[in-house]
Amino acid sequence: MRTILTTLGTGRARSLRAALTALLAAAVAVGAPFYFAPFQVFQLTMVLLYAVALAGLNLLVGFGGQISLGHGAFFAAGAYTAAVMLDRYDSAHLATLPVAAAGCFLLGLGFGVPALRLRGLYLALVTLSFAVFLPPLLKRLEPVTGGSMGLTVDKLQPPAWSGLAEDQWMYLVVLAVTAVALLLARNLLRSRVGRALLALRDDESAAEVMGVRLSLHKTLAFAWSAMFAGVAGCLYTWVIGFVSPDSFSFVLSITLLAGLVVGGLASLYGPLLGAAFVMYVPSVAQDVSDAAPGVVFGLLIIAVMFVAPTGLAGLAGRARDAATRRLTRTAPAAGRTPEPAPTTAPAADPAPADAEPVGAPPRTEKE
Amino acid sequence: MSAVTEVLQQVVEGIGSGAVYASLALALVLIHRFTGIVNFAQGELAMISTYVAWQLVSSGMSFWLALPVTLAVSFVGGMLVERIVIRPVRNSPELTTVIVTVGLFIFVNAMAGLIWSFTVKDFPQPFPDGGIDLAGVRVDWSTLGIIVVVAVVMGLLYLLFQHTSAGLVMRAAACNPASARLSGIRVGRVLMLGWGLAATVGAVSGVLVAPVLFLEPNMMGGVLIYAFAAATLGGFDSPVGAVVGGVVVGVAETLAGAYVGVIGADLKVGVPLVIILAVLLVRPQGLFGRAAVERA
Repeated sequence: MRTILTTLGTGRARSLRAALTALLAAAVAVGAPFYFAPFQVFQLTMVLLYAVALAGLNLLVGFGGQISLGHGAFFAAGAYTAAVMLDRYDSAHLATLPVAAAGCFLLGLGFGVPALRLRGLYLALVTLSFAVFLPPLLKRLEPVTGGSMGLTVDKLQPPAWSGLAEDQWMYLVVLAVTAVALLLARNLLRSRVGRALLALRDDESAAEVMGVRLSLHKTLAFAWSAMFAGVAGCLYTWVIGFVSPDSFSFVLSITLLAGLVVGGLASLYGPLLGAAFVMYVPSVAQDVSDAAPGVVFGLLIIAVMFVAPTGLAGLAGRARDAATRRLTRTAPAAGRTPEPAPTTAPAADPAPADAEPVGAPPRTEKE
Repeated sequence: MSAVTEVLQQVVEGIGSGAVYASLALALVLIHRFTGIVNFAQGELAMISTYVAWQLVSSGMSFWLALPVTLAVSFVGGMLVERIVIRPVRNSPELTTVIVTVGLFIFVNAMAGLIWSFTVKDFPQPFPDGGIDLAGVRVDWSTLGIIVVVAVVMGLLYLLFQHTSAGLVMRAAACNPASARLSGIRVGRVLMLGWGLAATVGAVSGVLVAPVLFLEPNMMGGVLIYAFAAATLGGFDSPVGAVVGGVVVGVAETLAGAYVGVIGADLKVGVPLVIILAVLLVRPQGLFGRAAVERA
């Protein structure tokens, strides 16, 4: 069994398979708006933009091991940056994206500095209280933000040459931004920065001894992560065309964390699954009762932490591992050839650390 | 009314709300001492206890009979939460336990909405109207009542921890679980007791604050932030600190809301954020806490 798996996973067969999968996924993603009804296309658009926010949160929580209960606030900051620019300065839609990204990056940097001194729990406290504080602040800054009435701005309009409907155009633009953002997140994690983050998450002291600059990387992780949330917020403004303080209560922050955990921490596909979860579970469960989404979310978060710390994204891998273990155990001993495969196969691809869940028990007991 | 009495009036009201924060902060500190985690669901547990009290009172029970019943239910509920939800992740990393308590927060909040709906409910005011006049400063019976109840709870906890053998066992288990286990203490049970006690203390805060805030599933969200600020200010491992921190936060909030024009009534929730940030940057262990020394 293992021989088959390793031959499949080597060399050209592997890269060919990856290329084909990517191509197929891209074709499906681009074709989707021409197949589904406008409302469904809108829902898919929302899934994509939540995925951007979750990918950012994943950098911080999944790979960085820091907890933020306030990412809804960065999302709101991005959304309001775009809305205010569209409302006051009649900017082009595309011009708001870099401003929202840069603004949230700086805001994240500002929060990253106190975050350095705050270990897990305290960072969660500070970010949560920031998320609670932001809506009243937005209401107070009425001349700029429109107070509790919010701001209504133009949605993203398709250019005449494209011949596309509004929902299709928005979907394709958001898809492009999401693809770039997810690629950026993936490449970031495979770079020096990503390896430094993983090292810090697994053991701060050991990483520092090895020369990883703790303060720099922790602050940057927060800033990157805030930037992704800000980009998602900016896309939100483009798609919805309306922002108000009550859309960004701290419930949003908690929902984002919940989606990420259920989708899969420290996984590259987790954010997409989690975003689908954030989008569809409330809309399905809402038919049962107002409270049903919360019940489902709460139970699932706890259940995921108990039985599947890698979330939905890790389930397939875990199931395969379990099946492989069982097969190798029950196979007759003569049929197995001893081989040094385990040293090469897992080491080939360290970045998408699905195999190393955050929720797993620590390997060293602290006393 | 002179300016001084006006300030004193605000201070008295601040102490009143501070007492509520102190009691929820005390619940947070208890759990942090026993299990080393911050329970983000503490406010929601208090909220659901308050719903139990409301249910009892509205089914015709007198308030002062419903209160002990509610506290007993909360105690058992807290123990069950520890056993069912927290125990399985006890040896997991901090991230996991925080996420589990956040999950519990969402779940309990939604369950309350499912059972009792999200409409706001009137909670009976247990204390009589009116108040006393102390040199021009008016102290409502309700404010005084809250302060007295919280003080009694603190006193009882102090007696329990310092002057009973059960308290000694609990302190031992909190101080060094491994050694405690070796000396024959059943640490698991002590942890359950700790969570039960914390839920009870939290329930007191919920019942006290409900007549003012009106009862609804999101009632404790704001209070929880103030309680976090109180616990951070006092130090997360100091019960005395939680009480002092609660009162300081309550007074600071009231004064800032009344006298700092920029803050006003609507931005008061920024006060705990500023307090938490300031404490963590200047003195991370809090006023009464001990700095954690860690051997890597």
